[in-house]
Amino acid sequence: MVLSELTQALLALFSGSHLVYLLGGVLLGLVIGILPGLGGIVGLSLLLPFLYGVEPTSALAMLVGLVAVISTSDTFPSVMMGIPGSSSAQATVMDGFPLAKRGEAARALSAAFSASLIGGVFGAAVLTVVVLAARPLILAFTSAELFMLTVLGLSMVGVLAGGSLPKGLAACGLGLLFGALGAAPATSEFRMVFGVEYLSDGIPLVVIGLAMFAVPEIVDLLRQKRAIAGAAQLGKGWLQGLRDTWRHIGLVLRCSGVGCVVGALPGLGGSVVDWIAYGHVVQSSRDKSQFGKGDIRGVLAPESANNAKEGGALIPTLLFGIPGSGGMAVFLGGMVLIGLEPGPSMVGERLDLTYVIVWSLALANVIGAGVCFLISGWVAKLTTIRYALLAPFMIMVISFAAFQTTRQLGDLVALFVVGLLGIFLKRFGWSRPAFLIGFVLAGNSEVYLYQALQFYSPEFLLRTGVLLIAALTAVSIWLGARKAPGAHAAAGDAGARATHLWPQAAFAAFVVAAFAVGIWDGLQHAFLAAVFPVTVGAVMLLPALWVLWPLALGRTHSAANYDHEVAGEHAGRPGVAGLWYYIWWLFGFLAACLLFGFLIALVGFFVAFLRLEAQASAARIALLTGTGIALICTIAWFLVLSFPAGLLQHYLDLPWPLR
Amino acid sequence: MTRSRNLLAAFAAMLLGALLSAASPAFGADFSGKRIEFVIPFGTGGGSDVWARFLAPRLSEALPGKPVVAVRNEPGGGSITGTNQFAARARPDGLTILGTSGSTQFPYLLGDPRVKYDYKDWTVILATPTGGVVYAQPDLGAKSADEVMKLKGKRLVYGSQGATSLDLVVPLAFEILGLDLQVVFGMKGRGPARLAFERGESTVDYQTTAAYLQSVEPLVKAGNAVPLWAWGTINEQGELVRDPTFPDLPHFGEVYEKVHGRKASGTGWNAWKSFFVAGFAAQKMVFLPKGTPKDIVDTYRQAVARMVAAPDFKDAAQQALGEFDQGIGPRAERLAELATGVDPEARAFVRDWLTRKYNVKF
Repeated sequence: MVLSELTQALLALFSGSHLVYLLGGVLLGLVIGILPGLGGIVGLSLLLPFLYGVEPTSALAMLVGLVAVISTSDTFPSVMMGIPGSSSAQATVMDGFPLAKRGEAARALSAAFSASLIGGVFGAAVLTVVVLAARPLILAFTSAELFMLTVLGLSMVGVLAGGSLPKGLAACGLGLLFGALGAAPATSEFRMVFGVEYLSDGIPLVVIGLAMFAVPEIVDLLRQKRAIAGAAQLGKGWLQGLRDTWRHIGLVLRCSGVGCVVGALPGLGGSVVDWIAYGHVVQSSRDKSQFGKGDIRGVLAPESANNAKEGGALIPTLLFGIPGSGGMAVFLGGMVLIGLEPGPSMVGERLDLTYVIVWSLALANVIGAGVCFLISGWVAKLTTIRYALLAPFMIMVISFAAFQTTRQLGDLVALFVVGLLGIFLKRFGWSRPAFLIGFVLAGNSEVYLYQALQFYSPEFLLRTGVLLIAALTAVSIWLGARKAPGAHAAAGDAGARATHLWPQAAFAAFVVAAFAVGIWDGLQHAFLAAVFPVTVGAVMLLPALWVLWPLALGRTHSAANYDHEVAGEHAGRPGVAGLWYYIWWLFGFLAACLLFGFLIALVGFFVAFLRLEAQASAARIALLTGTGIALICTIAWFLVLSFPAGLLQHYLDLPWPLR
Repeated sequence: MTRSRNLLAAFAAMLLGALLSAASPAFGADFSGKRIEFVIPFGTGGGSDVWARFLAPRLSEALPGKPVVAVRNEPGGGSITGTNQFAARARPDGLTILGTSGSTQFPYLLGDPRVKYDYKDWTVILATPTGGVVYAQPDLGAKSADEVMKLKGKRLVYGSQGATSLDLVVPLAFEILGLDLQVVFGMKGRGPARLAFERGESTVDYQTTAAYLQSVEPLVKAGNAVPLWAWGTINEQGELVRDPTFPDLPHFGEVYEKVHGRKASGTGWNAWKSFFVAGFAAQKMVFLPKGTPKDIVDTYRQAVARMVAAPDFKDAAQQALGEFDQGIGPRAERLAELATGVDPEARAFVRDWLTRKYNVKF
């Protein structure tokens, strides 16, 4: 019965105009994936207004086509620019970008696309079979097991901590604290908002992701004043990349499995799937020495997992109407608009449509990977452009990606302020992946712990599922700890050591102060709202003080001593701009936004930056500025949004797009 | 020369327009070539967004001149931010309309200091009611609403999205029935709350009509859930009556009467009813901003009437929203009035109850 449904769904997809819609979705998805920071939410929001009157099968094909390929094409910016193309391609940066800098971008991309393809098709295959039996499986994960899963996720911090474990732990704690910002789940009290209305909803994940990984990278690239690819080539290695995938096929399939499971369970959230896969490959590898420096396995793992996660994420979405991510929530909205209420009938009388989704997913992955191979030569040319010419576009796109999330000026402020934090975390060697894992898991770990305690009382810790996951966590920590001393030594040798420790000490003091503020703020609230931030603050004060202590005493031989300004490859090279120089540019742009609104500030920024930094001719400035503004206005028009307004708009009633 | 001729032509056109609009109010305003922004103070993909995106193309077809009706999401602050902005900025030219939800009505009723909008300023043109059913685990012993008092003394656990969210209507109902309900907060939507029920974590739950029909009815058939009552709906006279989708289930007023042995009344009941109407019976409403001229209001009223009467509207609405019933004309006004007005005594009752039970500070 299942087989006949499957073939019928395939035939349905190949009849009429369905394929055209699928292709449309795929192409839009590829473009959205390439633009940094833009992911499924934006892509699907662009499609929703066009669903009216479209036949359900075609509409589904289009929506699925879009969702499926974002994780394929978001590899481009991750590998070639070191800027994640969407929130599920952050881990790809870790090894993909070093490979590109080594002139092996072609190898990294071809490995990534083939791994994406396998992951995506794997996800579709899992969806086909598992969706029929997933109901009891998903019901078996109660709040208690989901809480334990967040603990398992947090245990990955051990392998993602980088050179210094105390710094990694404290960075994770900082992430947990940032994640606890806003309304407390149990009492709805506002924590750490300091009277700022914007903070009451918490800071959106997209903003945090861009602030951690895009802002520091843009500033770094600008300071080095050159094109991204040194010799400006994709390099060779298309076949090498395919061979890499084949050689590590076991890893690729394993990470596809990880991606499916993480995608399907609401406890972890699809946005950490790449880090979980990356953590997994690091902890399960004997030779860890090349990770972070261009190990191809560090590209294969997240890329297979992030495409496979969509197949997994569709399971709870279709069966229970529970979206695992913001993107899936919009997908669900799209389903309802075309008249499909998710629920048990999706594996009953509407099974045909579920299989249309399965086939669309598989086909889209094949087409998406193929198109990516085809266009990569052309996209690669972007990296040969002088970065000063490209930077205004990058800043425009990430600002846009940030503020389309809640459409408030606060998004821009948060992007640059947290971006500054990201710059310093990077400079002083505090693990940004650890921060991100903490941030993403903060909400879920608090909510599920609270719910498990309410539903089961503390005995929930003795449930079989909880014990199993606890055992898995122990194994994960043990695997990660293997050979850890060697890794430490390697990181310690990486470069010269700073002799002036006060910048590091000041930053460590800032981290300590942040935990103190978290504790102080928590104590103002009712017990249920206070317990999480206070515990995090109190526990994390220890590693933070552990780092601060030797730095404050000026012990240059301490393991805590790391300053990228001294140890980094750019240090001491002629023509490298100071750290603060481009930070002032960014904050100048932000100040202009606050005064004149986003669009006017953007025009000013383009002109000033291209003139002063890129020394472009007037004609070129006009052309580039015009293109940028036209692009951003077009997307804004279709998304029906007004750009953030400044003081000027407060006094003057201007017409769109200036209002 | 040409300029004065243009002026003359414009004047003539204006006169003609005025004459036409006086003759047939249906064409009081014409929106040809315009883009109307339908402001939704929530993010993309949620219930209110889907509702608005369902209405937008249909409203577009019903309005004179077939303007594009585009949904504009202004999320933040649980819908307060976007609604405040609409109140401060929207021009009364018919080109900006607002869609609210129960989450917009509740903080207004509770007197949240962040609220800077006043429903009395606006004109309602459409109210979409939402039905819902409250159900319980079968092993609690109650087989129907008649036996609801068998729940007394049982472990009643309910998953909620937050003390002041729409989900407060259930604990408030149990409160005025005199039943003790343990509320677990932090649910990320009604879907996860239903999942908690299916896992046996919670023992009492409710779902809105569409989700109930799709996901809970199979549980009822399998003997894993017992429906207790449906919320009911508000008729043109402002009375609570049975929901036509669930004619066999009593509405909450009947349950109250059965339990207390008298017709529903009193402060507790008034409070429940106010919040029930704001959250369900008039959950989603479309408003025109303050000071909108009468011809534009009339144009919109006629347009929604046309939209609702369109032959395929009922089926499509049933499928996408789970609700076919739309409040228009005088019924919309009645619903809006009930949903946005609460007598001071009832408001104080709810605020005190929230503070006492759930530690909510006002």
